[in-house]
Amino acid sequence: MSADTHHENAAPLAHHFESYEQQRESASLGMWLFLGQEIMFFGGLFMVYILYRWMYPHAFAEASNMLNVQLGTFNTAVLIGSSLTMALAVRASQTGQSRKIVLFLILTMILGTTFLGVKAFEYHHKWEEHLIPGSSFAFEGKDPAHSQMFFFLYFAMTGLHALHMIVGLGLLAWLCFPAWKGRFSAENHNYVEGVGLYWHFVDIVWIFLFPLLYLIGRKGA
Amino acid sequence: MSALPTDPVAPQPKKNYLNAEYGVFSWLLTRDHKRIAILYLFSVSIFFMLGGLMAVLIRMELATPAGDLVEPDIYNRLFTMHGVLMIFFFLIPAIPAVLGNFLIPIMIGAKDLAFPKINLLSWYLYVAGGLFTLWALIHGGVDTGWTFYAPLSTTYSNTWVLPVGIGIFINGFSSILTGLNFIVTIHRMRAPGMTWFRMPLFVWSHYATSLIQVLGTPVLAITVLLLAAERIFHVGIFDPKLGGDPVLFQHLFWFYSHPAVYIMILPAMGVVSELIAAFSRKKVFGYHFVAFASVAIAVLGFLVWAHHMFVAGISVYAATVFSILSMLVAVPSAVKVFNWTATLYKGSVSWETPMLYAIGFIGLFTIGGLTGVMLATLGIDIHVHDTYFIVAHFHYIMVGGAIMGYLGGLHYWWPKITGKMYPVFLSKLSALVIFIGFNVTFAPQFVLGYLGMPRRYHAYPEEFQVLNVMSSAGATILGVGYLMPLLYFVWAMRYGKDAPANPWGAVGLEWQIPSPPPTENFHEIPVVTHDAYEYEKPSLKEAPVVG
Amino acid sequence: MSLHVVPLRVYIIVFLSLMLGTALTVAAAFVDLGWMNNLVAMAIAATKATIVILFFMHVRYSSRLISLVVVGSFFWLALLIVLSLSDYITRGFLGVPGR
Repeated sequence: MSADTHHENAAPLAHHFESYEQQRESASLGMWLFLGQEIMFFGGLFMVYILYRWMYPHAFAEASNMLNVQLGTFNTAVLIGSSLTMALAVRASQTGQSRKIVLFLILTMILGTTFLGVKAFEYHHKWEEHLIPGSSFAFEGKDPAHSQMFFFLYFAMTGLHALHMIVGLGLLAWLCFPAWKGRFSAENHNYVEGVGLYWHFVDIVWIFLFPLLYLIGRKGA
Repeated sequence: MSALPTDPVAPQPKKNYLNAEYGVFSWLLTRDHKRIAILYLFSVSIFFMLGGLMAVLIRMELATPAGDLVEPDIYNRLFTMHGVLMIFFFLIPAIPAVLGNFLIPIMIGAKDLAFPKINLLSWYLYVAGGLFTLWALIHGGVDTGWTFYAPLSTTYSNTWVLPVGIGIFINGFSSILTGLNFIVTIHRMRAPGMTWFRMPLFVWSHYATSLIQVLGTPVLAITVLLLAAERIFHVGIFDPKLGGDPVLFQHLFWFYSHPAVYIMILPAMGVVSELIAAFSRKKVFGYHFVAFASVAIAVLGFLVWAHHMFVAGISVYAATVFSILSMLVAVPSAVKVFNWTATLYKGSVSWETPMLYAIGFIGLFTIGGLTGVMLATLGIDIHVHDTYFIVAHFHYIMVGGAIMGYLGGLHYWWPKITGKMYPVFLSKLSALVIFIGFNVTFAPQFVLGYLGMPRRYHAYPEEFQVLNVMSSAGATILGVGYLMPLLYFVWAMRYGKDAPANPWGAVGLEWQIPSPPPTENFHEIPVVTHDAYEYEKPSLKEAPVVG
Repeated sequence: MSLHVVPLRVYIIVFLSLMLGTALTVAAAFVDLGWMNNLVAMAIAATKATIVILFFMHVRYSSRLISLVVVGSFFWLALLIVLSLSDYITRGFLGVPGR
């Protein structure tokens, strides 16, 4: 245990753990198992997507062309950037650099909010084009019923993703407070690392969502 | 201060987890895994009784061939709520959340689970899920069957599908978090010297169960969300008119719900391993085989789900593959039964109440399991699917197996948990009443199913009445059998004899600490130097491992 | 979780690789590669996910247990997808109605 990075108001060792290492290893395994179940949770939606895209490839391609590739690409870049800033926040917490942690957390929040802002704009646009599934759905394609299936999956998958991002933003905001107070150190930066893992996971979901939703049926365009 | 295990009647230690703090909030805001286990004990018992009430009404209706007790629509709600309450709010949580929570940290020499606050959160999620479901029940319940098949659940049912769905969704996260907590605890919090292969088999079973909970339950969660979306927005995810497939619902639903039955039985098998060892005074035969079999059941259990869908319209090739895999999953269960039997051979067997439940489990689970292999056979399943044969099969495993395991575990560890002994004669009598009541209730149902009586029907042809009356009579006996422990356990809390640290003379870390245990379990973390069931070395029973 | 502090250089390289991968996947989408389009898109996505997992999420510097949890979770999802599709893909093989 290094004394030089131990701050006075650093987070203490929980009473049921024998060492900081045990606490850290437990927190890590716990968060990874949580992400494992998230993979299965989102995975169910991917299963539905895979089945119906296999059944209705043309309807899905036609519907996908209604999405804005530029906005999707921009958002992908924004989210990747936020992953970098998050990784840098975790890196700063490993050495207890409070100011840097907060700086990178805030940058991550800015990028995350930008992503959500773009998504809100996209959703609003879809609403204006009558592409929200349900009674007001109206699509001029060759196979509107099956294209509606695509749009349901688009909103369900990106919506669930956005919900996870909102939770993530909340977690990032919450983290700023103990970070500012110098609570994180080499022995105990578990919360920062945990939120980092969560944020990267949300990024990975988008890494798969982007090509599957935005980039089908674009060839020869 | 710990009582020496050799004292026949040890004085109650001054401070234990029950009297460490007083007040409602010391319970509702506790982080102590033992108190959380008690919170669960109360809540699962309430749901068990509610689910049991539904069963009483079902069996009353089925005592006569005509549908004369309740309207068919009400009957649909009865069997649906019976299934929902029993499966999601009793069978899945009971052993892990009550016995697992209480015992796992102690059995591995830890002070608590890895995440005590998340453990408390799990209980609150369970209660929240339960409240949603109860709200729906009070307002008339759901009539879709606990399986919620589309399109009845998504389109045609006029009942409270959404609140029950929300209740199940929230409860699912209780299950996931408990599983996550157990996995981390078992990996990271074992005491020095407590290697994987020195752990009690109870812990191995719960580890395997936790893997299922973490990997399977999220798929149920997303399925419930899709069901809700379809019900609200009618986009056609499961509606063929709009391009969807109702069988997709079944694939997603059963991907969880089949492994869920292993969530229900594996912990009971873990209990049985402990009971057989303790009451044969012998280590479990083939410890490694039993440990690996638990994990094998968890893994293979994920590969068989479509055996619930043989007649739903899946392809013959898929059906064949799932049929073969379903027969394969019986093998590790059989391995366990053989190993328990071999443990009994040349053991010093005593017929204490927990042992009665353990032996009952082995017999009844074997019958239930063998009928499962029959059902894995495509030709037979086509004939008996959706008949009382299926109902009998799963009740043999869930009631004859899981609930007997739960009761056996409760009777075994009750002295440790409460510090009190219960009346021995009454406990043995109720075990017998339960065993008899159970068989009279469910054995006739195998015959009924084979003869063609469909399940989920409130009326049936005259020729089935005799067997149905037998079944309903058995249910009455079973009900009495279940009420008895409720009464004498409560009685024992007040009037029971004080329990010593090791009333059964068993081997295990939980028997080395006082009854009831202190809040921190161990004053000093023990250093473990021996295997799990060292009954051959009598000195170990007396010498305390902990200071 | 590791005490190993990843060099800044590694993070920058990963970030740039992710950006490059994004550009590649968008470019490839507009070229007609037939059935390969899907494969290329998923291969790029999988590669991006892998470097995020290995470096941003520190799995490269973590225990084998963590690697097992990661691989195991994706494998389990693959089980759901492959076994479910095994039904859909083989429907109608026999030429018998409804099977």
